[in-house]
Amino acid sequence: MTNGRYGEYGGQYISETLMNELIYLEEQYNHYMNDSEFVEELNTLLKEYAGRPSLLYYAKRMTEDLGGAKIYLKREDLNHTGAHKINNVLGQVLLAKKMGKTRVIAETGAGQHGVATATAAALLDMECEVFMGEVDTKRQALNVYRMELLGAQVHSVKSGTQTLKDAVNDAFRDWIANVGTTNYVIGSTMGPHPFPQMVRDFQAVISAEAREQILEKEGKLPTAVLACVGGGSNAMGAFYNFIDDEEVQLIGCEAGGKGIDTPYNAAALTNGKIGIFHGMKSIFNQGDYGQIAPVYSISAGLDYPGVGPEHAYLRDSGRAQYVPINDEEAVEAFEYLSRMEGIIPAIESSHAVAHAMKIAPEMDKEDIIIICLSGRGDKDVKSIAEYRGVDLNE
Amino acid sequence: MSRIPNAFKNGTAFIGFLTAGDPTIEKTVEYILAMEEAGCDLIEIGIPFSDPMAEGVVIQDANVRALKHNTTTDDVFEIVKAVRQKTDVPLVFLTYINPVFFYGYEEFFKKCSEYGIDGIISPDLPYEEKGEIADIASKNGVDVISLIAPTSKQRIQKIASEATGFIYVVSSLGVTGMRSEIKTDLDAIISDIRDVTDLPLAVGFGINTPEQATKISKIADGVIVGSAIVKIIEEHGENATEALKEYVADMKNACIK
Repeated sequence: MTNGRYGEYGGQYISETLMNELIYLEEQYNHYMNDSEFVEELNTLLKEYAGRPSLLYYAKRMTEDLGGAKIYLKREDLNHTGAHKINNVLGQVLLAKKMGKTRVIAETGAGQHGVATATAAALLDMECEVFMGEVDTKRQALNVYRMELLGAQVHSVKSGTQTLKDAVNDAFRDWIANVGTTNYVIGSTMGPHPFPQMVRDFQAVISAEAREQILEKEGKLPTAVLACVGGGSNAMGAFYNFIDDEEVQLIGCEAGGKGIDTPYNAAALTNGKIGIFHGMKSIFNQGDYGQIAPVYSISAGLDYPGVGPEHAYLRDSGRAQYVPINDEEAVEAFEYLSRMEGIIPAIESSHAVAHAMKIAPEMDKEDIIIICLSGRGDKDVKSIAEYRGVDLNE
Repeated sequence: MSRIPNAFKNGTAFIGFLTAGDPTIEKTVEYILAMEEAGCDLIEIGIPFSDPMAEGVVIQDANVRALKHNTTTDDVFEIVKAVRQKTDVPLVFLTYINPVFFYGYEEFFKKCSEYGIDGIISPDLPYEEKGEIADIASKNGVDVISLIAPTSKQRIQKIASEATGFIYVVSSLGVTGMRSEIKTDLDAIISDIRDVTDLPLAVGFGINTPEQATKISKIADGVIVGSAIVKIIEEHGENATEALKEYVADMKNACIK
């Protein structure tokens, strides 16, 4: 896998204006990842500020209720800012600072990556502007206010479908104009090289810890690792250090929305085709003639018409499987985990919980499932209430 | 045989851009012919795309209008066919790479050749990725136009030495759109490019007034205007012919050599 390629996927399909900047970013990234002072500084932030390592929690009641495989939750929801996103932004914003940048920009869907970027920018004293689709600013209004509290400026993106992909478009447009002062802190394992690799590396701490933790607790590797997949950063992070353990099944859970046979889903690996968009060759939901399709998910964080290139590669090579989970299943899992374990999961992560609920009962008691619980669900309470017909404003 | 060299035989070339299908397929044919009649030396036809990442608001909106009534890649080829029955003006496509990839490179460039497209400009296909299309385009006699940006620096050497047709010099950082002032040191960039290649150099991004065209034409071989033309089409809708002719004639007159 050289030159940012994962098989035929990946690459750098981006404006010439950004090419030298990407080359510089890659050089700087490689330099600092081999700089023990930088690595030490980042590890200290991850430990003292973000709260790593995150716990690997044995979900006893859920395990007993489902009556099959033992279920462990990798508690990324307990990180500072409430999701795995902080792992990546601490790395990228610290790198931007070392590179002499004064400003960072980010796209956000659910708002978790925007909040994490705004947080890291506040901590490291950088200017921060976040692009968020107008539809998403409405369903995640709390996170918009949270970013503003943290000192970031939030741009409501009114073009296209007004969701995550349009936020990415506008973030790239900003970067092309401000390439000298600014780093674009991409929130997922997507975009042009080196982003898919860099984000994966910063998220790989999830599986590095989980692998060590499960060996310590169980003396063996898990049967399966489950994670939700939008662009795919928590899944890449959760899978990465298990890739060479061939007996460990890696299962990504995509947003099946209102059903994969309807136009209302965001399941790129189930319904998409190979294409070139947002700087990468990968799999995208697209219509006739290669127009990028409007996609839908109850989860703003999975509402993206594509997937990171390494996931496309893992699927083609057969190393990972990807399954669609529809809105109703995800909402049921959201409610189930809340009642069963007293843990309210993000609606994104609930997609992975839902798949565990399907497969665990069929598995042996000796089997182990690790679910990457990528975020907490406080932000989703209002939209789940609405989904269930409860008006919280009454 | 590419018609692109013809564009640079008549003083500084004036190159106009419009988005295919905005406001309609028929009107795009009419507007291309009007622009040619008024003095356009080369016309860039934009294939509409759902997510035109390198465009400012004016051209983004034109893409939305064209896609609202489902302008397809096949419709765009029909536009080219109709235009070619009337004129030999050099024509190039401006397109993001995904619609071309989806269509199939072989099929797409075969049609370009059959219908009379002379070149392709793809804003998301930098030097490192041009292998996607370079051989197939060349086999079909279609020039792949290279872009050089204010940030290209040491990349100029390799980009310019392998360029074909003409070189598109991006005047400014940022996306397309009208700018009141071009701040980049174009003299230095153009001189660096001319050290490497004898191909014509055309400057685009931000240019919209005759004064800017005159200034650019003193140092470059071509002046590219997109957003200002698209804005006229946006304002006049289906009745833009006269306004387009007037604007193009003024701009061509301002391109001195």
